[in-house]
Amino acid sequence: MKRRDFLKVSQAATLAYMINGTPVGAYARNPLLELLAKQTAANGRVLVMIQLNGGNDGLNTVIPLDRYSELSAARSNILIPQNKVLALNNTTTTGLHPAMTGIRDMYDNGLVNICQNVGYPDPNFSHFRATDIWMSGSDSNQYINTGWLGRHLDEEYPGFPTGYPNTTMPDPLAIQIGAGTTNLLQGADVNLGMSIASIDSFYNIINGVVDPAPNTPAGHELTFIRYIKQQTETYTKVIQQASWKANNVSTMWPTGNRLADELKIVSRLIAGGLKTPIYIVNLGGFDTHSQQTDATDTTVGNHADLLGNLSDAVAAFFDEAKLLKYDDRVAAMTFSEFGRRIKSNASGGTDHGTTAPVMVFSKYVNPGLIGTSPALPQNATVSDNLPLQVDYRTVYAAVLADWFQIDTKTMDKVLMKNYFVQPVFQKTNNVDETTVSGRDEILGQNYPNPFRRSTTVTFGSDGGMVTLQLFDVNGRLLQTPVNKQMDRGEHKVTLERGDLPPGVYFLRLTNGKNQSTKRMNVVD
Amino acid sequence: MGKVNRREFFEQVLATKAEQTPTVQDKDAIYEQYANKELPRGLSKTTGTLNEYTGQWTDVEITHLLRRTMFGVKYEDVVALRTKTMAQAVDELLSPQMTPAPPVNNYNTSTYFDPTGVALDDTWVNAPYGDSTVNSKRRLSMTNWWIGRMIYQPERRITEKMTFFWHNHFATEYPVVAYAHMMYNHHMILRNNALGNFKTLVTAITKDPAMLRYLNGYLNTKTAPDENYARELLELFTLGKNYKPIYTEDDIKAAAKILTGWRYRTNNWTSYFNANLHETSNKQFSSFFNNKVITGKTGAAGEQETDELIDMIFGKFEVAKFIVRKLYRFFVYYDIDANTESNVIVPLATLLYSTGWEIKPVLNKLLKSEHFFDMLSRDCFIRTPIDYVVGTFRSFDIQLPSGWRSDDEYKVYNYLRYYMGLLGCEPNLPPNVAGWPAFYQEPDYYQKWINSTTMPRRMQFMDMMLGSGFSAGTGTAIKIDPMHLAKKFYSPGEPNLLIDFFVDLLLGLTLSKTAKDNYKVASLLTGQTQDYYWSNAWTAYVSNPNTSNTNIVKTRLVSLLTELTHLAEHNLC
Repeated sequence: MKRRDFLKVSQAATLAYMINGTPVGAYARNPLLELLAKQTAANGRVLVMIQLNGGNDGLNTVIPLDRYSELSAARSNILIPQNKVLALNNTTTTGLHPAMTGIRDMYDNGLVNICQNVGYPDPNFSHFRATDIWMSGSDSNQYINTGWLGRHLDEEYPGFPTGYPNTTMPDPLAIQIGAGTTNLLQGADVNLGMSIASIDSFYNIINGVVDPAPNTPAGHELTFIRYIKQQTETYTKVIQQASWKANNVSTMWPTGNRLADELKIVSRLIAGGLKTPIYIVNLGGFDTHSQQTDATDTTVGNHADLLGNLSDAVAAFFDEAKLLKYDDRVAAMTFSEFGRRIKSNASGGTDHGTTAPVMVFSKYVNPGLIGTSPALPQNATVSDNLPLQVDYRTVYAAVLADWFQIDTKTMDKVLMKNYFVQPVFQKTNNVDETTVSGRDEILGQNYPNPFRRSTTVTFGSDGGMVTLQLFDVNGRLLQTPVNKQMDRGEHKVTLERGDLPPGVYFLRLTNGKNQSTKRMNVVD
Repeated sequence: MGKVNRREFFEQVLATKAEQTPTVQDKDAIYEQYANKELPRGLSKTTGTLNEYTGQWTDVEITHLLRRTMFGVKYEDVVALRTKTMAQAVDELLSPQMTPAPPVNNYNTSTYFDPTGVALDDTWVNAPYGDSTVNSKRRLSMTNWWIGRMIYQPERRITEKMTFFWHNHFATEYPVVAYAHMMYNHHMILRNNALGNFKTLVTAITKDPAMLRYLNGYLNTKTAPDENYARELLELFTLGKNYKPIYTEDDIKAAAKILTGWRYRTNNWTSYFNANLHETSNKQFSSFFNNKVITGKTGAAGEQETDELIDMIFGKFEVAKFIVRKLYRFFVYYDIDANTESNVIVPLATLLYSTGWEIKPVLNKLLKSEHFFDMLSRDCFIRTPIDYVVGTFRSFDIQLPSGWRSDDEYKVYNYLRYYMGLLGCEPNLPPNVAGWPAFYQEPDYYQKWINSTTMPRRMQFMDMMLGSGFSAGTGTAIKIDPMHLAKKFYSPGEPNLLIDFFVDLLLGLTLSKTAKDNYKVASLLTGQTQDYYWSNAWTAYVSNPNTSNTNIVKTRLVSLLTELTHLAEHNLC
């Protein structure tokens, strides 16, 4: 008698793959594939992109006080009274909308860089097309299907999703909060972002539950499938683990503010140690064609509510970043698909325009304003639009060159052209993992790595002066554990963590002409 | 070192099968945690009977009927059935299907030619065997042809689903059957009798060369009878074994003796009875079969014993219940509770038995019943891998380039065959003679299709089809054109209606208004708040489908369809 055994259907290697930006499945343990997963150059820094959907009216956000008479002539029905504009330190030409007290405080504390009149030549006035342009980094007459951040991630994590997750990069490359797939993260072949569909989805993930379903056969099967789906998403576990390690501690978090709710999630994940370098959050409703302000009090109304939400959320986020000690390595940036018309319309609103401000928030910005107040016509007509001062790609260049410290050649590839690097960020020592001298392995990798309390470093000396320095990700020298004559041969030193916050650090060994730098990680 | 084209690399790695992953159910801790540990009693279940359904007949009911009786829902079918009554719709689905043209030579190239002289695009089913090389190519040709028929069936018929039902029931594995001609002939027996007479079908299969090979019938000889087919005939094909009293081991031995002597020819692929190999004693059966004796016959008359055996088996009412239960599980839900057993199974079994084993009246009664259309019978069927893959092609109406010859055409089907295998169900390759466990294994049944390996792969399939597609060596990317589907709808510029259209077509369950609004804003409006932004974009595309206008609507439709097809609901029907 011959009963057939289960035929073992030989399946191809299961590869990690993006599903709507949600990577799933185990990856193939295949040396060939893992070779492709290049050691990422991520230096622990995080970028949060805050998309303002609809086209933000820059002239009522970052207000050019030195053009006040032109503004009065153009848009008196929505103009902010001069004495209500929030003053900014060290400038008399520019102020902020009254709802933005949180950002004003951050500005005065040196945490804000504002680029004025940001846009591109030959601007497009259609939401969809303009959004696609800003996301792709293209010119106005180019049609590019990839996102600039998607291309950046393609360079940093070549081969993704093949070979991911891995021990070097176990976490999502980018997380978008909100449904849909954002073009920002679209790479050449796949979307490199993970989507957390909603605030509720996030809390479902960390609580390990799915939405309730009726007690019927359909509900029963639906629940089963939802669980399998949730549990097979590769990054469910790392998201859960990061979330469990950190809580929202700032007392500044507002309620009833969806952007704040999204940033609360981002904060927990960063503080919880997720290595994800890019987060995308969203605030919609900026398409203020009518009733942009209250009819009698222009300091309040729809636009004021939106700017207030933005300001309160960002201020709370950075407050928490400081409390949870990750403010050294986070930057946030607003962008919108266009600004609005100089002249307001009769419905108490503004129509699509050209340029608008981009606000960048970080401990490591060059605080202040880039660009000047725009020249405005004395009596603006409906055809007049704001001039271009800053090409938006130069701001992206600043992010790539000075925040993520990407080399120029790669940056030009990502942005498809060479752009001037807008001085948004302070330049920091570009400390990175290198071996300058010809000697292999004069500095060994510390063990254990990552470490919680202490770690041992093995290094070699050719005799003479040996210096071992400890830098943070911003290239600041923190400690010099070794600085003395040492005999030729192998040596060991134990480093204590002390109160170093978790994150990435660099150890540099110098001995005569030999120099080598290694990266190490501190975790809780 | 240039940048690796990730898609090509991915296809390549899959092709080289870098690693053997374990069988889909091995050590799947996630599956073990969430799948049924027992049948899901305690759910609100239908108490509906076989009385004819007289409720509303809207798109909701139409799509429910189509989801269950065909693979995926095609919008044209919905439109057509709106003009019919429910009864007319079922009648049409149960009508005879035009016999499809047979599989063809898809394998000639510039350097390889069919050794029996069959030209590209001509059928091989009447050609001689040739050699093992061309036979191998024809075996794939047969399965791939079948997949093509499932996708491109020109009529609204239940026949394709029923053909698969019978394939699962009379499971054979093509590497064991080995001969392409036998595969095809076996398949045609299933297809031609799909809505016919079950007893006739069992008789035909008993004498079918493919089955004789698969279950060793062709080796069954009087000196040492081989019980393989006899056992499966009783246990898997007619009676089952989950009850007492039941047939005995001696019954199986007796049946095996009756079946000795059947052989097949490889010159014309027919079977014949060789009296010299037949065991001619009298065969005594147990009290389960009323102690029947089938008189042994010598000479050519010996083959009549097979018919008598089948008559004897089919004297048992159990056979009717067995096959009716299997049909119920295939078209309604896997859990048969006491109500269903008495309201549906027993009456249908009685009908089947009393008509002398005609399948069509049973399906007619079931598919027109209150029980079938009851709300609680809907949306609870986990789509099989075949439904998922074929359904995607049908729902999105993916067309192959006109002017393609069968060499390119079958490459597409071949890729889908491979992908169905990745999802756990490759046609003509069941795991064993019992068919696929999803159709019979208590307590989890169809949940077996969804596990930590296959769930990601389902979503990967949609990602691929909504993205760059697959070319399978044809040089043309086969993928979904979302505008092609949107244009079938009467009002694609209205985003709320458009989302309803997609949800109704693609999801087994409908979504709440809140959920649909969220998708509208996130995908179709990309964060804007006014519906007219989508409408304007669609109008601009229709009046001038240049690159810019096309990209704008396409990226938004792809974003929406990705969301919808990744929902758990997309796996239910």
